[in-house]
Amino acid sequence: MKRIVTGALALALLATAAPALADIKIGAVVSETGPASSLGDPEAKTIRMMVEELNAKGGIKGEKAKLVLYDDGGDPSKAKTFATRLVEDDGVVAMVGGTTTGTSLAILAVAEESKVPFISLAGAIEIIDPVKPFTFKTPHTDRMACQKIFDDMKARGLTKIGLISGTDGFGASMRAQCIAVAKTSGIEIVADETYGPKDADMTPQLTNIRNKPGIQAVLNTGFGQGPATITRNYAQLGITLPLYQSHGVASNAFIELSGAKNAEGVRLPGTALLVGELLDPKDPQKPVVLAYKASFEKAASAPVSTFGGYAHDAMRILTEALNKAPSAKPAAIRDAIEGTNGLVGTTGTYNYSKTDHLGLDLSAFRMLEISNGGWKLVK
Amino acid sequence: MSDLLQFLVSGVTVGAVYALVALGFTIIYNASDVVNFAQGEFVMLGGMISVAGVAAGLPLPLAALIAIALTAAIGVALNTFAIEPARGTPVVSLIIITIGASIFIRGVTQIVLDKGTHRLPSFSGDDPIRVLGATVLPQSLWVVAGAVAIFVALWLFFTRTLMGRAVLATSNNRLAAQLVGINTRFVMTFSFALSAAIGALAGVLITPILPTSFEIGITLALKGFAAAMLGGMGNPKGALAGGLLLGLMEALTAGYISSHYKDAVAFFVILAVLFAFPRGLYGSNPVERV
Repeated sequence: MKRIVTGALALALLATAAPALADIKIGAVVSETGPASSLGDPEAKTIRMMVEELNAKGGIKGEKAKLVLYDDGGDPSKAKTFATRLVEDDGVVAMVGGTTTGTSLAILAVAEESKVPFISLAGAIEIIDPVKPFTFKTPHTDRMACQKIFDDMKARGLTKIGLISGTDGFGASMRAQCIAVAKTSGIEIVADETYGPKDADMTPQLTNIRNKPGIQAVLNTGFGQGPATITRNYAQLGITLPLYQSHGVASNAFIELSGAKNAEGVRLPGTALLVGELLDPKDPQKPVVLAYKASFEKAASAPVSTFGGYAHDAMRILTEALNKAPSAKPAAIRDAIEGTNGLVGTTGTYNYSKTDHLGLDLSAFRMLEISNGGWKLVK
Repeated sequence: MSDLLQFLVSGVTVGAVYALVALGFTIIYNASDVVNFAQGEFVMLGGMISVAGVAAGLPLPLAALIAIALTAAIGVALNTFAIEPARGTPVVSLIIITIGASIFIRGVTQIVLDKGTHRLPSFSGDDPIRVLGATVLPQSLWVVAGAVAIFVALWLFFTRTLMGRAVLATSNNRLAAQLVGINTRFVMTFSFALSAAIGALAGVLITPILPTSFEIGITLALKGFAAAMLGGMGNPKGALAGGLLLGLMEALTAGYISSHYKDAVAFFVILAVLFAFPRGLYGSNPVERV
């Protein structure tokens, strides 16, 4: 008798457990509002759009995907709360999100503790270096941006440069990475200035950089309106040295804010997404980039941004891993993500492994130059 | 030599921006003793609404006028719906209300307009003017001229007109002002409208230099408040001097010491001044006449 009851209980348990597997729940925490909303808003729109597309195409192995998306408003402590809720109450199998480095670090703590795979959308190298078992990320690191820029400078014979950086998190982090990378790449930083990201005028700093003897080029690390002000002040002072900016300003808004005339000749590393039409027809990223651009612009009626592209890539990687994974267990999904090989996204071609949770190399960055108010690929 | 001149040009440009915000603080402070922390939002609204107007195809002067009128109306609404009902509560509560209002305005702007950063075209082109090796953008001259013009107008208003004196009287003693026949309710409404309009005008003037977005008011209010404190709260002369001084300190620190310490040095000097002159450079000592 006792055995029968146990058996029945076990059956009942199985029966109740089965529907829970029927819907595959995907969690997302992004900064749809708040100071990082210009990044998080296209990310949220992209994630929603891609889950809809996924279900329209029949879902994952015939199961419907269900999205649970929370808006952390850019606040890391809220991000942590929402990540915990996703894992403990909503029962998601994987998470994407973490618009900023701060919120990503908060979410990855939860992901690692509860062993749920997490794909971050933020830039800082700390997220995946050292490698954490359950955390991946899609954007390039700021260290790679410095490498790409320095490679281009050296190709032009520019080795003595001035550095000017925003004091915000992104600007400060990239400044530190560039200083570290410069030591090993034969670039000498002869000036090192900073500015507040909301300052109205940076001519004193630029005047000091201009006066450094032997200086050959200037690099600005930062995103938002600061770099546009730098670009306008640069033209105001009539400085003719080549000016490089970070990937943080890779958008048409930057050209608009700087003024096309002032931004002429500015170089920066960006993703293929920005210059989809300019890519070589044989480029494997071209169809991916153009398809995402078309569907996003139709769904959101706003121009695509690099940040939405990060979310697109994360969702692609996750979808592929869910399709490949033998079960919906977190560890199996994690192994499937680590097995991602040659997946072409908008940001680059991803090759994850047990020791590489970034999966991109320098070829993912394209060196762009602003020309006649638009973008030009630097060959 | 040309370096020093360039630093001074930069300092005056930035200082004029701060002074414009600080001037807006003086009016509401003079009428009600309240530091209106939504002042930065008035500046932001001036810029954002003008940008929306220009994007809708209006000529810039018309878009600017609409922006100033709308912002003044929002200032009146702030007084009518938030400040006036709380009349009689301590000044601190009123200040907290203005902080709440600033968050509210920011949120609504984000939804009604957008979250992007925008810039207005410069009024007289972007070709820099060369002066003894330094370069000045024509828009900087507009901002400086705007700050000086508003300062002169306010100075005349507070010292030469009956209405200006009524504002000061209301601030000094609301009950006594009422007893001598001043319509203090109107004075308050008028002050909020005027302060919002000046903020909006400042926003229109500075947006070609400092691109605007829904959240720019926070930084502006902070710097403008520092400038007003430095010069002496409630005094137009103090607002102008405090703003220019703060801008010059920042520019000279960035130029001669280190850009890393730019903000720190400025705030250190403000603290030092406030220790020496607690009411700011042009603050008057309170005189209680019985």
